[in-house]
Amino acid sequence: MADSGVTVTDGPGKKGDIERVKAEGKELTKEEKQRLRKEKKQQKKNKEKKDDKASQKSEKEKKPVSSAAPASQPLTQNTAQKAPSAVPAPAPVPVPASEAPAPADKPAKSKAELKAERRARQEAERASKQNKKGDVGQQATAGKPKAPPSELQPVVKRLPEHIQVDNPDVLKKLAKKLERQQIPLRSDYGYKVSLFSHLHQYSRKAPLTQQLSIPSSVIHPAIVRLGLQYSQGIVAGSNARSVALLHAFKQVIRDYTTPPNEELSRDLVNKLKPYISFLNQCRPLSASMGNAIKYIKKEISNISSQCKEEEAKSHLLDCIERYINEKIILAAEAIARSSIEKISDGDVILVYGCSSLVNHILCEAFKKGRKFRVIVVDSRPRLEGREALRRLVQKGISCTYVLISAVSYILPEVSKVFLGAHALLANGYVMSRVGTSQIALVAKAFNVPVLVCCETYKFCERVQTDSFVSNELDDPDDLIVTRKGKTQLEHWQEVPSLGLLNLVYDVTPPDFVDLVITELGMIPCTSVPVVLRVKNVDQ
Amino acid sequence: MELQAVLMAAGGGSRMTDLTYSTPKPMLPVGNKPLMWYPLNLLERVGFEEVIVITTKEVQKMMSTDQKMKLEVKMKLDVECIQEDGDMGTADALRHIQHKIKTDILVVSCDLITDVALHEVVDLFRAHNATLAMLMSKAHEFTETVPGQKGKKKTAEQRDFVGVDQSGKRLLFMANEADLEDGLSIRKSIMRKHPRMHIKTGLVDAHLYCLKKAVVDFLTENKSISSIRGELVPYLVRKQFSKTTNSHKIKDNTDDQNQKMNDGSTNHELLISSCNEPLLQLAQKRSCWNDHRGDMSEAYHGGKLRCYVHIMDQGLCYRVNTLAAYIEANRLAPKLFEDPAVHPSAVISERCQMGSDSIIGAQCQVADKTSIKRSTIGNSTTVKEKVKVTNSIIMHGVTIEEGCNIQGSVICSNAVIGRGADLKYCLVGNGQRIEPEAERTNEVIVGTDQLMEI
Repeated sequence: MADSGVTVTDGPGKKGDIERVKAEGKELTKEEKQRLRKEKKQQKKNKEKKDDKASQKSEKEKKPVSSAAPASQPLTQNTAQKAPSAVPAPAPVPVPASEAPAPADKPAKSKAELKAERRARQEAERASKQNKKGDVGQQATAGKPKAPPSELQPVVKRLPEHIQVDNPDVLKKLAKKLERQQIPLRSDYGYKVSLFSHLHQYSRKAPLTQQLSIPSSVIHPAIVRLGLQYSQGIVAGSNARSVALLHAFKQVIRDYTTPPNEELSRDLVNKLKPYISFLNQCRPLSASMGNAIKYIKKEISNISSQCKEEEAKSHLLDCIERYINEKIILAAEAIARSSIEKISDGDVILVYGCSSLVNHILCEAFKKGRKFRVIVVDSRPRLEGREALRRLVQKGISCTYVLISAVSYILPEVSKVFLGAHALLANGYVMSRVGTSQIALVAKAFNVPVLVCCETYKFCERVQTDSFVSNELDDPDDLIVTRKGKTQLEHWQEVPSLGLLNLVYDVTPPDFVDLVITELGMIPCTSVPVVLRVKNVDQ
Repeated sequence: MELQAVLMAAGGGSRMTDLTYSTPKPMLPVGNKPLMWYPLNLLERVGFEEVIVITTKEVQKMMSTDQKMKLEVKMKLDVECIQEDGDMGTADALRHIQHKIKTDILVVSCDLITDVALHEVVDLFRAHNATLAMLMSKAHEFTETVPGQKGKKKTAEQRDFVGVDQSGKRLLFMANEADLEDGLSIRKSIMRKHPRMHIKTGLVDAHLYCLKKAVVDFLTENKSISSIRGELVPYLVRKQFSKTTNSHKIKDNTDDQNQKMNDGSTNHELLISSCNEPLLQLAQKRSCWNDHRGDMSEAYHGGKLRCYVHIMDQGLCYRVNTLAAYIEANRLAPKLFEDPAVHPSAVISERCQMGSDSIIGAQCQVADKTSIKRSTIGNSTTVKEKVKVTNSIIMHGVTIEEGCNIQGSVICSNAVIGRGADLKYCLVGNGQRIEPEAERTNEVIVGTDQLMEI
């Protein structure tokens, strides 16, 4: 009965049994009947030349318990194969661990089932034709005839590439994208602490301009200058970076001419993309810069095609001026005005690091005649507090300067804490210079009110609850210091178990923040998503 | 366009007249390539596509016939010819081509041979929005014996005193010994702003400058400045700390400019500092960065004119303006490139002993039983049998007859060395004939008309 030339995966042994039994004329047991049916099936199957995946799909169809099989999605063929074969119980005959086109054992067939098989086979053939175009198509078609469970599978969210540095595929994609845009790739430097190995870590001594041609032709010179200033830290602080970015964009727009067959609204946005990649390579973009870029791109795409080039350019330059004026300069004024109400005479105010907004507020309050003194808390390696100290003392405010290790000693003297922010996240967390969350924590322990000052253009829709997932790693060599002629960490790279970590940002939970002062008013930390929603509605 | 390159190739080579008598300095062969090929190659490697070359008509003619220049220089050379009488200084030359200059410029001298990473200099220029950025290098002692040199030490060259700040990048002070009659005096304003200053003397100025376009405009106004290195650079360095540039009263540039036309100096500094746009100032104010600490002033002390220098401590940097430098460069320059030591078209006989650090030019003919060590042999030179050439530089078209022994010498183009001559540390001028069996040591052999040159 069993034709020869059929690959019987049971092995020659079983085939021999059946033939022996038949020869003996005994009644075939249920098992043997099933085996016969299986062989017939195999013959039919082997006539139709299916490739692996098609037979897999049809095999899955036949299985009544197919719903138990895991999703047909990104799993490899092997696991998909093993899954149906791993469902043991109903089939009385154990399913052989099969090779490719091997069908599993099936229970008794009915006409309906055979129809279903035929339909499935047709689908599989169609799918196999699509298979030449790509795997995705086939999996999609496999998903369609399959029961609902596959549709309920959630779409995998795409992570931004800058926090997937330890994934070589992502790195390859990034390299390809940069190559397409003709921007050099900046290579990571030094040993990264394992908790943060998913982030980039660059060295300041290897600037990106090493690999660019000197009269830079691909990238506008203003952008090259800006990138250099970012990577060397000459322009630091989120307000300064945004203003410098918009200034550079103004120069780019001024020097831009529309190529003959292109539209300004589409071509200019495409021109800006490589510049943004370049700036991202020099130093990861801040949230404020991201919002500014979104605004500009929106303005550019909203330019109608009837507009003449000169008009369009002057309109864009106006928009940029207005954005800076409204969101940065006037916002700072408004925030200063609100904060002055919160500063009373005799206050002792604690500030951390150098926030341009907080410095502005304090100088304004002092000008208006409030009597207070300031305690400036500073931390290594940036020691930005020295710059804040200089600016406040220059105006005549009396200041005290401590390092962050002394914060719990001076907090009993403090009446209020004013903190600046790099960004405000959608779940109310405050992202700021590393050390801010410590200050907020200690202040909370001492029941000192913590006020965060932040313009609304720094509000961002990201959600983050810890400082590990998304952060920035600065040059580890900044931590090396020479005291009394000795540099202890000079050869840190040669010690295999030593890693230097120079974090830039951290997130402060909203429980530690009592008030956020924005130009829209004084809001609690949890109202940030409301503001974001209102902003989106406005736009 | 970010930067325009300008190559100054009109110099006379006043410190090596014996060599430059017949061949102008830019075309002197170094490692069998003309001297000006080296800075042009540097610019080309870095990515420049166009260079403005300021030179004399003679050099222009030689450039168009030279093989190396035609084949290997892929950039577009825009040649401007000036008169050869030597009255024109480098700043005058810049004034001459002022109409061609549209952006900031990078000025290079034709006698610079270096492998510096040019982005170091240009990055200082870009990042700090500097008015001037220049390149300097630690000087090396020349160890080779110079032909024709009588006595051990040459007259002490006038030293340059260069003052830099603590980071080693900002240029605070520059003066030549010749200008300082009774000692080095430093202004109090500099000391107040930069209390720690390092003064260095052993530095070689590479004559590579990045200048803002405003400086070129200033030069057109100020016709009294004629040399970049001698006058313009010290002037700019001094002007960083002058009171007028630091006054913050100058806010509205466009209106005031018309009013202050009569005063030359304030006009200039308006030109140089008028590019600070309000947005840039806002960004700088909001940025928490300062280039110094310890006093109450903002970044750069509020100064708008800034000069920077990049001091190379490793790598090659030579200015070929003396005979000793020329010999040294010939020794080291070929190491910069991986050109084959022996040109493919040269005919070298089998039994010639050639050291690995010798270079043979195109279409040479070297006969049997010759020994060539540590030397450079130019194009179309004929070397007959049994000649020993050690440590020497032989230029193009020279004929060396049999049995000669040449050691540590420089033989200029088209000279003929007679049979059996023995030359040690000599300089043979252009087209000279050395009679057979001559024995010369440490002599400069030039024609009588050359001797008449002062």
